[in-house]
Amino acid sequence: MTVTEDYIDASGGDWDDVIEKAQATSAERLVVNMGPQHPSTHGVLRLILTLDGETCTEARVGIGYLHTGIEKNLEYRTWTQGTTFVTRMDYLTPLFNETAYCLAVEKLLGITDRVPERASVIRVMMMELNRMASHFVAMATFGMELGATTVMTNGFREREMILDIFELVTGLRMNHAYIRPGGVSQDLPPGTVGKIRELLKEMPKRIRVMRKLLDENPVYLARTRDVAHLGLPGCMALGITGPLLRASGLSWDLRKAKPYCGYEDYEFDVPVSDGGDVYARYRVRMAEMEESLKIVEQCLDKLRPGPVMIKDAKIGWPAKLALGPDGLGNSPDHIAHIMSGSMEALIHHFKLVTEGFRVPAGQAYAAVESAKGELGCYAVSDGGTRPHRVHFRDPSFTHLQAVAAMCEGGTVADVIAAVASIDPVMGGVDR
Amino acid sequence: MSTDNERERDEEAANLPEKQGRERLNAPVRRTGMFGATTTGDTSGYGGLRVRGSAPARSRRPFTDPDDPRTADFDRVADALEAALGEGEEGSAPKASVERVEVALGELTFHVRREALLEVARVLRDDPSLRYELCTGVAGVHFPDDTGRELHAVYHFRSLTHNSEIRVATTCPDADPHVPSIVSVYPTNDWHEREAWDFFGIVFDGHPALTRIQMPDDWHGHPQRKDYPLGGIPVEYRGATVPPPDERRSYK
Repeated sequence: MTVTEDYIDASGGDWDDVIEKAQATSAERLVVNMGPQHPSTHGVLRLILTLDGETCTEARVGIGYLHTGIEKNLEYRTWTQGTTFVTRMDYLTPLFNETAYCLAVEKLLGITDRVPERASVIRVMMMELNRMASHFVAMATFGMELGATTVMTNGFREREMILDIFELVTGLRMNHAYIRPGGVSQDLPPGTVGKIRELLKEMPKRIRVMRKLLDENPVYLARTRDVAHLGLPGCMALGITGPLLRASGLSWDLRKAKPYCGYEDYEFDVPVSDGGDVYARYRVRMAEMEESLKIVEQCLDKLRPGPVMIKDAKIGWPAKLALGPDGLGNSPDHIAHIMSGSMEALIHHFKLVTEGFRVPAGQAYAAVESAKGELGCYAVSDGGTRPHRVHFRDPSFTHLQAVAAMCEGGTVADVIAAVASIDPVMGGVDR
Repeated sequence: MSTDNERERDEEAANLPEKQGRERLNAPVRRTGMFGATTTGDTSGYGGLRVRGSAPARSRRPFTDPDDPRTADFDRVADALEAALGEGEEGSAPKASVERVEVALGELTFHVRREALLEVARVLRDDPSLRYELCTGVAGVHFPDDTGRELHAVYHFRSLTHNSEIRVATTCPDADPHVPSIVSVYPTNDWHEREAWDFFGIVFDGHPALTRIQMPDDWHGHPQRKDYPLGGIPVEYRGATVPPPDERRSYK
């Protein structure tokens, strides 16, 4: 702890010492480190706040505490193995990460149009379910940070219903590596459609409960109305997309503007609000969940039997998976075929799985509208079986730059609301 | 006459290996053969393409391919940029900003001289026929074999007005890794440029505070460069040195 003439740095040490020094001087400014280990900073976000009493006069953001070098690691793995890495970036939107990555790889391979229809429908369905799961966590953690634990328990309870479907389909609650270049890793297991129909019946009620709890709650309104305002010019300058941009009045959604995975065939609205504050962001997210339900319903109607992986045997993963007593693995039929039926099939399986496929040299950028905004994947290939470079433009990373614009001049309590309304996930920010 | 032709053909056939060898040596792309991979551990045996000198891909007009709807507005964008910059993009003028234009995979790439990057960015944002309001950041890419242009800085721009997307790429040599910062035009690039500096060592001149963003402030080296190893870096923590995982214990 150091005391200078005009401010007190409370970046560490004994709090009693800080208070003692603060009382000894006339200084009013206090520089506080909020995080990286703080329950309301969404993981390991570090906020450096300069306080004048209760007012936050300067807010700076420190990141990098969750940097795991995923982009570097990708360069040492095959293109298919890449999905296993990218799914861990923004761990609340794993299916968006996988889709953005696979769309970029498919563009490089020139097979965008050859991805089977059923695979695209499954991708859209999984992404929309994921959008809801992500928004539920956004609401839940937001409630918790404002002290409303019921919102937290409710939000996580509803999300669990979606995660159950993910577990049924992909085998995992998160980090799925389900979407692969050329399609998806396996078809929907029996019973999935029924389970999703159940969800579609139950979920509107759950969303209504949450709306009842929050929409006109005076405490909630007092904490969110006109808090952390960011207008449209600010959003554009800071590169803000997704629900934050739509809450500032611009109806911009990549699903409508640059449709991918067949989004042009679905009917849905893009919720917009012109409030530009935390409450508007909440309303936009709520409305988006209702739209996602509509899309999921249309997906179920669009599901036709067919392959879920590209026909091209040089690219399509030999994805004949089955659930055995020891978990998910290659199906017994496939093992019998490669081990005792066809030597060529064994060689093919071995080469494709260990070496992967080659991707023509070039560069491609693919963007999807993730739950948080524009999630872009820029992939560069040198013609080999591994990426030369993969860069992710994560929306949370870009959005955190807006913290200063949103928080300065407000109170400390509003900093919490502002950061929560950005909904950053440090796994995606730091990669 | 016919015998002459035959003789010529015979001579050509006799010299075919030599001719092929000459072509191979002069080709801009050097192939290292089936088993050229010695360092990466790539079991496919693919040695990678080694580019000799510069073999820049350059597209000729028209950029719009009537059969590819993704390229529909490429000619319009190229014309607008050309008009806004007040020069031809073919490099006829010595100070041409745009070195070359590349159309591939339904994407439009402008390769811009680094001196002109800021000007191009400003035009892209402000010109009414371009209006690329959104920059989705910069990605560094390291090509150690691209002599004199080892470091690439790649920007993606998005126009919400015209619903259009372009890529702008600029390069700088390892020996002089300087690229102008476009934070003054696109404030969103603040962190993106810090990231490219952190991971590739590209110095963005004019950036308000070019510091590391992901790696610790006192880190040495730029980890996403190709000459930087994956793992194997000892880490200093509170005075003690933590060896890399593969050296912590001998598994004998």
